[in-house]
Amino acid sequence: MGLIAEGVLEAFRLLLVGDPEVWRITLLSLQISISATLLSLVVGIPAGTALALTRFPGRGLLVSLVNTGMGLPPVVVGLFVTILLWRNGVLGALELLYTPSAMVLAQLVIAAPIVTGLTLAAVQQIPERFRLQILALGASRLQMTWVLVKEARLPMLAALMAGFGGVISEVGASMMVGGNIKGDTRVLTTATVLETGKGNFDIAIALSVILLAITFLVNWALTSIQQRRRV
Amino acid sequence: MRRILSALLLLLVMAASTAAQSSIVILSTTTSTQDSGLLDVLVPMFEKKAGMTVKTISVGTGQALALAARGEADVTLAHAPAVEKKYVEEGKMQNRRLVMYNDFVIIGPEDDPAKIRGLPRAVDALKRIAASEARFVSRGDKSGTHTLELGLWKQAGVEPKGAWYIESGQGMGQTLGIANDRRAYTITDRGTWLAFQKRINLPILVEKDRPLLNIYSVMEVNPANGPRVNGAGGKAFAKFMVSPEVQAVIKTFGVDKYGQPLFVPIAGKKDEDF
Repeated sequence: MGLIAEGVLEAFRLLLVGDPEVWRITLLSLQISISATLLSLVVGIPAGTALALTRFPGRGLLVSLVNTGMGLPPVVVGLFVTILLWRNGVLGALELLYTPSAMVLAQLVIAAPIVTGLTLAAVQQIPERFRLQILALGASRLQMTWVLVKEARLPMLAALMAGFGGVISEVGASMMVGGNIKGDTRVLTTATVLETGKGNFDIAIALSVILLAITFLVNWALTSIQQRRRV
Repeated sequence: MRRILSALLLLLVMAASTAAQSSIVILSTTTSTQDSGLLDVLVPMFEKKAGMTVKTISVGTGQALALAARGEADVTLAHAPAVEKKYVEEGKMQNRRLVMYNDFVIIGPEDDPAKIRGLPRAVDALKRIAASEARFVSRGDKSGTHTLELGLWKQAGVEPKGAWYIESGQGMGQTLGIANDRRAYTITDRGTWLAFQKRINLPILVEKDRPLLNIYSVMEVNPANGPRVNGAGGKAFAKFMVSPEVQAVIKTFGVDKYGQPLFVPIAGKKDEDF
């Protein structure tokens, strides 16, 4: 217990003293995971809405695949993205491996199915009657979709939170595609693994506390938007 | 929508900025080198001097060499001489040069159930551990440390298996934690053991035997291994590691923190000298 208290104190000390390395790691974590989450919205919201509103052969299989993807193990994603980005790999010419962009890409692959799946559920829970009503009022199909997406925006905030929570906390993919390079691709989770390996448990705990704190702050902000609109 | 667009833009800019850097050297190395903190000193020195960016990928020795053999790295710093020589013979790696050494020690519980304390030969210590089936934690991850451990078991004529032989599959730090928790024996490099003094209670029982020397060498990756190997960058980093300037830094590295240096510089020497 003493160790954890020491770590919490260390976290405050590192942030207050303004340890540049810790700040850089923290900002990079946020930068990468926010980029990946926003990109996953670009992919996931249209994909989830389309899946919710259309019927075609093989749809059931596709929905099952998306739902499976919501639990995609980050190390597996990391391994495949690494092989893809290797110098000898399909996308080797881009020289993206061991860069923050590669980490954004891997986290996008992790977050996109989560956002797609939860958007699908959010749009689908709107009653069928409501859709028919909008159409009866003379809305075009596109206008109806827009109304439905707006109607589902609060549950979609949950999708956003789940997506962000999934990527800010993952370590397997970031370690593999980023390489945990100091000053370049080191983020809170990979730095925690490194400091644990070095035996610097107080710093590792401090980094964990910072990670928990920023995850909480982001979720708190999103939750307050979600709950305010509800009233 | 504007935020989403700017995020997309950010991604593109990030991609473009990295693609523009052609002077990147990828160094594949072992976790122990990274954990010691030595590279945090040497890499910035090199970057400043050579005007190149080094990406240090620290993984187990097995993976470090495998990546290099596929042309996914430009230069490798490793500590598994037998495996390294195999790669050099196969032509995957070239110009192998010794850089430094530190040493391994056998540590274990204070009460020493296998009675190995003070034995001069590591092989005899392992024989006793196996005979008494005292718990032993192995890295089990094809790292340099694991390779050395397996070599010792082979010399001891023991095939380690059974409930007493625990394979952690993790780095040295985590493995020390497991050994401490299970009151088990293990083999560790002295540097990591020193770094963990506050957390573990396993004294050194056997040390200073020749097979326990942990020799690090630097190797250039054969540019023929892949289309994008930065041969010149790899060469420059390898040359840097054996330069008098770096050897002087290695000689005193760790003294301020542990009261003793973590490595002994040996550039210019050959395997036969040890």
